[in-house]
Amino acid sequence: MSTNVAVIRFPGTNCEFDVVEVVQHLGASAEIVFHDEPSLGNADAVVVAGGFAHGDYLRPGAIARFSPVMDAVAAFAQEGGPVVGICNGFQVLTEAHLLPGALQKNAGLKFRCGFTDLRVESSNSVLTSAVTPGDILSIPINHFEGNYTCSLETLAELQSEDRILFRYVTNPNGSMDDIAGICNEGRNVVGLMPHPERACHDLLGSHDGINLMQSLLNAAGLSSVQGPS
Amino acid sequence: MIFEVVVEVRLRAGIADPQGATIERALPALGFVGVNGVSVGKSIRFTVQAEDEAAAHELVTDLCHRFLTNPVIEDSEISLQVAETSAN
Repeated sequence: MSTNVAVIRFPGTNCEFDVVEVVQHLGASAEIVFHDEPSLGNADAVVVAGGFAHGDYLRPGAIARFSPVMDAVAAFAQEGGPVVGICNGFQVLTEAHLLPGALQKNAGLKFRCGFTDLRVESSNSVLTSAVTPGDILSIPINHFEGNYTCSLETLAELQSEDRILFRYVTNPNGSMDDIAGICNEGRNVVGLMPHPERACHDLLGSHDGINLMQSLLNAAGLSSVQGPS
Repeated sequence: MIFEVVVEVRLRAGIADPQGATIERALPALGFVGVNGVSVGKSIRFTVQAEDEAAAHELVTDLCHRFLTNPVIEDSEISLQVAETSAN
């Protein structure tokens, strides 16, 4: 039985195939699940992929949050299933209240697109078990609304509970405390603005994302996998 | 009764407003001096059918909280007025 990853697609999602490619490269199977599906099938993990769900109308993630599939994602997360939201997927997870805080427009109003250095802050999550705190990963970002913000109380919680998983070495968007990615209390729901799925082969300029995707598959229960090529 | 509703969505105090700041920075180059405190928000208009104004206000408040704004970063201000005699 191969581990199966459900990759959520809303109208406007555009990173789902990148995620599928990496998951398959790592020896697991992936299935794209459309936003109006009420079920995730036999998923062992969920990736809410990046893009511009529902055109980012109103706010990024605001409309996607009400999709039927999000009830299934919330139930899956509630049961402890691994869920990762990448970029727009992170925005969707905050709007769905599966993660705290919000992503506002980048400081300086610049759309940021390019490789960025991330410092791993915690290996205690479904996305970071195969990396080590202090590791610097080169992972691309591609966003206009990646400026993480939350209340000071929430920030204190994230800090004291070791729930800030990644910080930018050089903050590209004004995010609070240089936050690039966080997890929920159960450490099974992760959101990050950078795109690990786009950094999984040297041809793409970096393979630093592979250990993150591998962590997710490990969490999903994959026992033996191929290493990166 | 039918009510015409305007919801003004604005960023909460203390939340950075890069759009407002960018507009403000551009003004001197255009010769506008003395214009300060620019902030950018959204205005959302619709109609609502409800028993009375209190019921309409309650419905719109709920709508604002759950959908039209993200309370982490945004506040809203609701204006309601009875639509021209369409009561039924």
